[in-house]
Amino acid sequence: MKKILVFIALLGIFSCQNNKSKEPIAENNIVEKQPYALEVHNFDGIQPYLTSSDDKTYVVNFWATWCAPCVKELPYFEQLGTNFKDKNVEVILISLDFPNQYESKLIPFIEKNQLQSKVVALNDPDSNSWIPKVSDTWTGALPATLIFNAKDRKFFEKSFDYSELESELQHFIN
Amino acid sequence: MKTMKLLFAFVAILTLSAFTSVTTEPGYSVGDMATDFKLENIDGRMISLSDYSNAKGFIVVFTCNTCPYAVAYEDRINDLNKKYAQKGYPVIAIMPNNTDIKPGDNLEAMKVRAQEKGFTFPYLIDKNQEIFPQYGATKTPHVYVLQKTNKGNQVKYIGAIDDNYQDASAVNTKYVENAVDALLQGKDIKEPHTKAIGCSIKI
Repeated sequence: MKKILVFIALLGIFSCQNNKSKEPIAENNIVEKQPYALEVHNFDGIQPYLTSSDDKTYVVNFWATWCAPCVKELPYFEQLGTNFKDKNVEVILISLDFPNQYESKLIPFIEKNQLQSKVVALNDPDSNSWIPKVSDTWTGALPATLIFNAKDRKFFEKSFDYSELESELQHFIN
Repeated sequence: MKTMKLLFAFVAILTLSAFTSVTTEPGYSVGDMATDFKLENIDGRMISLSDYSNAKGFIVVFTCNTCPYAVAYEDRINDLNKKYAQKGYPVIAIMPNNTDIKPGDNLEAMKVRAQEKGFTFPYLIDKNQEIFPQYGATKTPHVYVLQKTNKGNQVKYIGAIDDNYQDASAVNTKYVENAVDALLQGKDIKEPHTKAIGCSIKI
């Protein structure tokens, strides 16, 4: 019984955290749909997401809706976020979609795929100024992923499948 | 037994390093000599750098049809060729993607795009995907400015075209133009290496 309660409580937490933009479940469907509030930053605004300030392990993926390998691996990041939520892991998806496609592509993509991870848009066209701040080794190709916590930090300029991603994460949480 | 253990350790280290070698950047650094090539152009001709006997160097751009960053730079790449071909630095564009993965980048699609945009430069296909790895290109667009020397074509600049992919009118620094201008004037290139976001080359 206890277990079921915990499960329901967790479900509640998950749905509150992640589905801000979605309609609350209402039987008569009279609740109006809230517009999705996309968080957009320049690199200075993104930096807090790349810096460890607590005991969590963060998996930060740089992607865009037009980047086919990014879209292909996105479900693995989602899955990772769900599977490791209880292990103090947070997945953050930093979109490099162009600003003129936030409304037409990015937000519809987030809503259609019901992305559970936090999505933040990075709009800072002078990428030469900030790519090295993410990692010295990043040549600038997408997709790219950063895994870090207070102790360690590793950068990947490559595509992942789920098992690879999980095994990289395991190094950080074990 | 001891040798066995050593061997084991060696293999373990090798395996480990294979997994952690995310930091290695193969390909050219500034100062290296760049390979020539013989690649098919959209007009069916095979093109090599050595065909350009009067050139002082080259603006080699790895680019494609399907990457939004590459598309954002099409007009600027065309402008680079218009400005610098006559000064001895023609643009040579190379499409590096695997066209099975990106059919929108196949030779037919390249021809169509070149015609639509009025490309004034050769648009070659790296069909066997052998040239871009030698250069170390990882994304589109990715630029290599080469200068012809007695020893071959020396890499003088690697990186981005300028500092604003979104808006050509908001550019502050034109990296490639600055690099070629410096070469033409016999000066040092202030920023010989820059980085920019691009689409990973599809292999």
